[in-house]
Amino acid sequence: MSIEVRNVNKKFGDFVALDDVSVNIPTGQLTALLGPSGGGKSTLLRIIAGLEFADTGLVEIEGQDVTHLPPQKRNVGFVFQHYAAFKHMSVARNVAFGIEIRKRPKAEVKARVAELLALVHLTQFADRLPGQLSGGQRQRMALARALAVEPTVLLLDEPFGALDSKVRKELRDWLRRLHDEVSVTTVLVTHDQDEALEVADEIVVINDGRIEQIGTPDQLYDAPANEFVMGFLGPVTRLRGQLVRPHDLEMFAADPGGSAVGTITRVNRVGFEVRVELTAGDEAVLVTMTRTHYHALGLDVGATAWVRPAAGAPTVGNPARNPVADPISEPVPG
Amino acid sequence: MTVASFDDATTTTSARANRPAGGSSRKRRAPRTGALTLGSGLGLGVGMIWFSLLVLIPLTAVVVKAQAGGWDAYWKTITNPQTWAAIKLTVEQSLIVTLVNVVMGTLIAWVLVRDDFFGKRALEVVIDVPFALPTIVAGLVLLSLYGPRSPIGINVANTEKAVFLALAFVTVPFVVRTVQPVLEQLDLEAEEAALSLGASKFTTFRRIVLPSLAPAIGAGAALSFARAISEYGSLVLLSGNLALRTEVTSVRILTYIENGNTASASAVASTLLLISLAVIVLVDIAQRRIARRD
Repeated sequence: MSIEVRNVNKKFGDFVALDDVSVNIPTGQLTALLGPSGGGKSTLLRIIAGLEFADTGLVEIEGQDVTHLPPQKRNVGFVFQHYAAFKHMSVARNVAFGIEIRKRPKAEVKARVAELLALVHLTQFADRLPGQLSGGQRQRMALARALAVEPTVLLLDEPFGALDSKVRKELRDWLRRLHDEVSVTTVLVTHDQDEALEVADEIVVINDGRIEQIGTPDQLYDAPANEFVMGFLGPVTRLRGQLVRPHDLEMFAADPGGSAVGTITRVNRVGFEVRVELTAGDEAVLVTMTRTHYHALGLDVGATAWVRPAAGAPTVGNPARNPVADPISEPVPG
Repeated sequence: MTVASFDDATTTTSARANRPAGGSSRKRRAPRTGALTLGSGLGLGVGMIWFSLLVLIPLTAVVVKAQAGGWDAYWKTITNPQTWAAIKLTVEQSLIVTLVNVVMGTLIAWVLVRDDFFGKRALEVVIDVPFALPTIVAGLVLLSLYGPRSPIGINVANTEKAVFLALAFVTVPFVVRTVQPVLEQLDLEAEEAALSLGASKFTTFRRIVLPSLAPAIGAGAALSFARAISEYGSLVLLSGNLALRTEVTSVRILTYIENGNTASASAVASTLLLISLAVIVLVDIAQRRIARRD
C-alpha cells in the first residue's frame, strides 16, 4: 500500500474536520477523495502532504511512518486550487525550483525542465511570468513543478476548481492521459462527482469528517453504501421510502404488479430527456425517460401511472408500507 | 493574446488619444505621446503648481543659497571639522538605524501578521506611538529613561548611543507599516508549495517571501533613512549636542542660522539633500535587484 492512513483525527477548535479516518491508497493508481465542501477531504490531503498534522493517528507513505515528518521530507508533489505560482519567477524557474533546491548540476536541471515543459505543453511559455498565463496553463505549470521532484505521491487539491467548465473538462482528460503516462500514485480532491467518476481508478467518499464508502467508480455507482453516497453521485428520487435514481424507474399506463400508483403532476422536457413528476401517496416521485419512451406510453398530466424500480436497479433504504412518517410520532426537539 | 493587444495599443495610440478615458478595458493608461484631455491637463497643472510651491522652489532656493559664496565657501563649510563630524555622525547613525529597522521592522510586521498572541492588538496600536508623539516629548521620555537619572540604571546621555537610540525610536513604525499590508496579502499557498518541493523554511523565506516583500522593505527603509537624517527634536535632549562628538547635522544647521550664516546653513542642508537622494536611489536599486533575483 502506497499511502496508509490509520485512525486519523483532526480538530480545528471545536470543529471536527476528520473523525477516525482510515484509508489505504494503492500504488500507481489515481484515487479521488470526493465529498462536499467542508467535509474534510482537503484536510486529509494536507495531512498526507505534511501541511497539517493529525491530532492522533498514523500516516505512512510507502511503508515509512511520516506522521511527524515536515513536508520537505515527504517527497510529495502538491498542486493547489489557486496554482500557488511563484509570481516573480519565470515558468521555467518555477518548474526548476524543486530540482535547484536539491542542488543538481545546471545541465541536468535544464534538461529536466525542458522535458517537463514539453510534457505539459508549455515549452514556448518557458520565459513568461505566471501572471501572463491563463488559468489552465498556470495549473499545468504547477503540475510540472510538482512532478519535477519525482514525488512518491502526487496530491491535487481541487486542481481544476478555479477553471471554467470547458477548460476543466479538457484538463481532466489530459490529467487522466498524463497519469497513464507517468503513473505516479495520485490523490485528487474534488467535490465534482463527474470529475471523480470519469478520472479516478478508486473513489473515497468523505462527508462530515468520516469516510462513507471506498470503491471503484462502478462499485460506488452500482452499489452505493448509503443514501449520502447515492445522493452525491447524481440525481435521486424517493419511492416507497427507498432512494432510487429517476432513470432507473419504470413507468406503466396499466398496473404491471408490484408497483406504486400515482397521478402525473408535471411533465418537463429537457433535450432528449423527459422528466415526469407524479404524486404517489404522500411522495413526489421523479421519473426520467427518453422522449420516445414517453410518447409510447401515451400519458399526460393528470393521468394515473404505475411506477417501480427496474430489475437490478440499485436502491438504498428499507421499503416501507407507509413511507411518510406521521408528523405527530416524530420526536419533539428539546 | 497579450502580445496581440499590445500591438493593437501601440498602433492605435494616436487614434485613441482624443477619446475620453474609460472606453476599452485594454487601455488603462493614458497613451504616452497623445495630447492631454482637459481634465487630466488641469489635474497635472494644479498638482505641479502645488508641488513646486511646496517642494521644488524651496529646494532650488536652498541649493542656490548654498552656492552664494561660490564653491570655495561651500567646500570650506563642509570641511569644517565640526560640521564634517556632524555630517559623518548623522549619516552613519542613520544608516545603522535604517539597517536595524529593515531587520526589526520586518520581524515585527511578521509577528503581527503571522502570529497570534496576547496583547497583539495593543502592540498594533503602540507601534504608531513614535509617529504620533511630538518629537520633543519623545526626547523627554528617552531622557528620563536612559538619561543620568535612569530608573533602570542605563545612562547613554551625551554619547553616540543616545543619537542611535533617539533615531531608532522615531523610525520604528516605517518598515513595520510598509511591510505589514504586503505580508497580509501574501499567498500562503506559494510558501506551502515551496515547502512541499523540499525547500527549508529559510530558503522559502529567502526565495519566495523576501522578493515579494523587497519593494515594501525598500520603501520603509527609504522613509526611515530620510526621517533619521533630518531628526532634531527627539535627540537634542539626550545627545547633549557636544561638538565633534554628539552634534548632529540639523543642530549644526540651526547653529549656523542662529549666527546669521544662512549660506553655510544652506550648504550643509544641500549636502544632506544630496546624500538623501543618493541613499533613496541606492535603496531603490537594491530593492529591484532582490525582487527580480530569480
